[in-house]
Amino acid sequence: MNWTKKDLLGITELSKEEILFVLDTADSFKEVSQRDIKKVPTLRGKTVITLFYEPSTRTRTSFEIAAKRLSADTINISASTSSYVKGETLRDTAKNLEAMNPDVTIIRHSMPGAPHMLARIVDSSIINGGDGAHEHPTQALLDLFTMREKKGTLDGLKIVIVGDIIHSRVARSNIFALRHFDSEIVCCGPPTMIPPHIEELGVTVEYNLKKAIRNADVIMMLRIQKERGGVTYIPSIKEYSTFFGLSRDLVTNAKKNVIIMHPGPMNRGVEIMDDVADGPYSVILEQVENGVAVRMAVLYLLLGREA
Amino acid sequence: MKNKVLLDKKAVERTINRIAHEIIEKNKGVEELRLIGIRTRGVHLAQRIKQTIEGIEHISLPLGVLDITMYRDDVFKLKSPELKKTDIPFDVNNITAILVDDVMQTGRTTRAAIDAIMDLGRPKRIQLAVLVDRGDRELPIHPDYAGIIHSANPEEDVMVRLSEVDGKDEVIVVAS
Repeated sequence: MNWTKKDLLGITELSKEEILFVLDTADSFKEVSQRDIKKVPTLRGKTVITLFYEPSTRTRTSFEIAAKRLSADTINISASTSSYVKGETLRDTAKNLEAMNPDVTIIRHSMPGAPHMLARIVDSSIINGGDGAHEHPTQALLDLFTMREKKGTLDGLKIVIVGDIIHSRVARSNIFALRHFDSEIVCCGPPTMIPPHIEELGVTVEYNLKKAIRNADVIMMLRIQKERGGVTYIPSIKEYSTFFGLSRDLVTNAKKNVIIMHPGPMNRGVEIMDDVADGPYSVILEQVENGVAVRMAVLYLLLGREA
Repeated sequence: MKNKVLLDKKAVERTINRIAHEIIEKNKGVEELRLIGIRTRGVHLAQRIKQTIEGIEHISLPLGVLDITMYRDDVFKLKSPELKKTDIPFDVNNITAILVDDVMQTGRTTRAAIDAIMDLGRPKRIQLAVLVDRGDRELPIHPDYAGIIHSANPEEDVMVRLSEVDGKDEVIVVAS
């Protein structure tokens, strides 16, 4: 197939074929990261800007490494060291960056829709690196890549997403992506953290963690989004941890070959216990490794799109 | 215009046999040899050369698969060309790499393939084997082993068909 999209703003705008095309392309790029010389010339002469208005370790670094392994030039801008602190609007910042002719801008912003607004006003490609509680498309793509790599398929699985679903762009993007496949998606968390009417997205809700993960193939743990007021939705962190923290004991209710995922950053001892995070079922660091390959694929496809 | 057959099934087989013999002869043995097929048809040709050489020399000859898309000089003129995996299951340092491709024309594919291999290490030498050399070079690169040389007109296409992908073995010239 041919890629035609200029931007990657969300999973909702991707077809099943496009999702699989990204995963297949990422499969080929993964090999580059395993070489002694981790660089190919594919994006030579292209400029990639990361514009992050929210903190990030993984996503920003992952995009930068992905771009550099493809020989693109990268520039990183974070809100705290940009003219944002002098009062410049996002629109003006974007227009000024655009004047320097970047090829791709990756934006993370607390306002949902910020990447969509930029995509309308600039000619270069925009990638959503997380917009508020809305979407985080590359995270979902790397999660699906990891699931497919580990399970060999995205169909016929039981996938359980646990935690602060209502504030989670990761959960949202994953649900949007996974509903293209014939798998069972279960959301689990305190009632206050489950968005009303979420069943309309084709997921089932289970408030009891032990029941939710019974026979699960994949368990995806999420942290409480403190920056979006997550802690005000629960009586206390301790109580949350008692009911929704994943311990080694609980994992025994899932399938024997279950994989445990977490988009990071983890709050150890809250939603995930050390012996699970570092245990034999954890693929959390493999998610990070795969993230680079998936982002290489996204950069490659957007820049090579059919006009 | 009717398609012109340059090599039929039997001739393809004989040509591959000859290339295999030439590779052994030129390298005075096969100890350092490693075959690297360029996707797609180069891989199948390399597989056949491998079997032929193994039959003659009674050794096991490692084979790698190379996808050159990431190294193309026209990568973005082709509109997101589909990437396939590169899989070279051996160390390329100090080997004699035999690159195998179906048709050679401009030399740009070979240039990309050489760069791709150099990024994996430092082979002692790289040689090039092609089934058809159709001329019309744009870079100063030439094959070490050529099945047939056919100077095609620019409006002609030389196509290699192999049973593994196309259902039959033949080399034909078609009006493009």
